[in-house]
Amino acid sequence: MTTTVALMDYADVIARFDPVLGLEVHVELSTNTKMFCGCPTVFGGEPNTQVCPTCLGLPGSLPVVNEIAVESAIRIGLALNCEIAEWCRFARKNYFYPDMPKNFQTSQYDEPIAFDGWLDVTLDDGEVVRVQVERAHMEEDTGKSLHVGGATGRIHGADYSLLDYNRAGVPLIEIVTKPITGTGERAPEVARAYVATLRDLLKALDVSDVRMDQGSLRCDANVSLMEKDAPEFGTRTETKNVNSLRSVERAVRYEMTRQAALLADGGSILQETRHFEEASGTTRGGRRKETSEDYRYFPEPDLVPIAPSRDWVERLRTTLPEMPAARRKRIQEEWSLTDLELRDLVNAGAVDLVAATVDAGASAAEARSWWVSYLSQQANNRSVELGELPITAGQVARVIALVADGSLTNKLAREVVDGVLAGEGEPDEVVDRRGLKVVSDDSALYAAVDEALAAQPDVAEKIRDGKVAAAGAIVGAVMKATKGQADAKRVRELILERCGG
Amino acid sequence: MPSISRGEVEHLARLARLAVTEDEVDRFAAQLDQIVQAVAQVGQVADQDIPPTSHAVPLTNVFRRDDVRPGLSQQQAVAAAPAAEDGRFRVPRILGEEA
Ligand SMILES: [Zn+2]
Repeated sequence: MTTTVALMDYADVIARFDPVLGLEVHVELSTNTKMFCGCPTVFGGEPNTQVCPTCLGLPGSLPVVNEIAVESAIRIGLALNCEIAEWCRFARKNYFYPDMPKNFQTSQYDEPIAFDGWLDVTLDDGEVVRVQVERAHMEEDTGKSLHVGGATGRIHGADYSLLDYNRAGVPLIEIVTKPITGTGERAPEVARAYVATLRDLLKALDVSDVRMDQGSLRCDANVSLMEKDAPEFGTRTETKNVNSLRSVERAVRYEMTRQAALLADGGSILQETRHFEEASGTTRGGRRKETSEDYRYFPEPDLVPIAPSRDWVERLRTTLPEMPAARRKRIQEEWSLTDLELRDLVNAGAVDLVAATVDAGASAAEARSWWVSYLSQQANNRSVELGELPITAGQVARVIALVADGSLTNKLAREVVDGVLAGEGEPDEVVDRRGLKVVSDDSALYAAVDEALAAQPDVAEKIRDGKVAAAGAIVGAVMKATKGQADAKRVRELILERCGG
Repeated sequence: MPSISRGEVEHLARLARLAVTEDEVDRFAAQLDQIVQAVAQVGQVADQDIPPTSHAVPLTNVFRRDDVRPGLSQQQAVAAAPAAEDGRFRVPRILGEEA
């Protein structure tokens, strides 16, 4: 069934072609209700339990627009530096597929609510690429199909699909870039960074939970190649099912190498929708793309136009939060970070976590050190994102406080963090249960110091003779005897005191 | 001068997944042609300064509060469906297409 696909070496692709990208990001809004009816939008319900006559397209039902969804669309547009339409309409996009029970999707066609914007995207090494945004428009999500039989072979010859319309009608904003040119070999990276930046921005706006794994943020990647100095763009493919940031980068890169091999061989690119295969990192051909005319768009007669007053738009502008890029700049100044330190922080996905840890009372330097080094390592070991570790910013702040007041050494603190990560409870509980508190009780320490001095009389003699550096050996012995739970500084003081220092 | 070709009728039929016979293609082409010509008369009276009208009522910004309202139960939802399975609508699979 699988045929070998010719791919061109990436360096050769770049030497011969210029890639052109177009990214379409769909974001599901986290409103309480759907775009045109009062059904809930909660993810994961039993099939067809979040439906009503409107989102099932039953005769006689009429849609009414969700005001919060329109506000979210305008806020997204403003955050993307877009113009906001003074007047715009919804349109019916007609197509024959059972994922919309109405047999059309209510969308916007030539009158998007937001248009002509841009988003600055910072790559890993600090280079900034400005991506032009063509439009952001409102539409509704589709239902989910489950295909049974046929290819899966479970029911021979009984090909059919099962439809769940819980998601049908959930508010969706589609954000479309203008063609992204001139990024050369960095095109796959730019695609990934754009989606990541957009995700952070949407998160800051608090309009969506932006979970790529649950489909609330989805990216379709249009890729085409043009020979160097070609007068116009080549034919593009649109890759769907790109469900993670990493997949965005892989899908673009794969399409570039696939298309280049085809073109170099004298072939031509079929304008089609392709499907990204997560496991192999490849794309496979899907359906031939219908042309825009085939969708027979026309103004939605059941919904009146939307005409956002300039007052309303300006009022919404005042609700915009500090944008992630501006926030990073401020944080860099407040925490006195070098560009490199800031980049490490951003690349580790730790900005929000460190900020929350600082808010919980920790110093910026300590908070940064924990998240960027030890906790990043733990996340790496578990192959999860930093934010997915089972420890909160508040818990990290508590551990930092325990070190600051001398209750824990750095080594013990790491054990406490390990305990929290292992689900043993709050930091203080882990300290109690694992018995990790620093031994600061002087009487217990005096006993350990005396014992260590008695065991190494020659070293004790040297210290008494003023060779203070020799105390290190005794400190080591005491630390070993107390299983690292003593405060090394205090131990040293006691040794010198005992030796008459 | 017929403005609707046989090919266009066949294309429209395909988009709507309608099976039409050869005779029907000719008949529908002629009928659609008449409809298009009838509508085209609007162009004779509508001047440049008259914007196309999509809505008869001069209303804008009709919104709904974002409050959940009760809908249908699963049983009610699939009650009128020709076929259902496991609380889902059962439909013929459209081969070779994916959403
Ligand atoms: Zn509904």
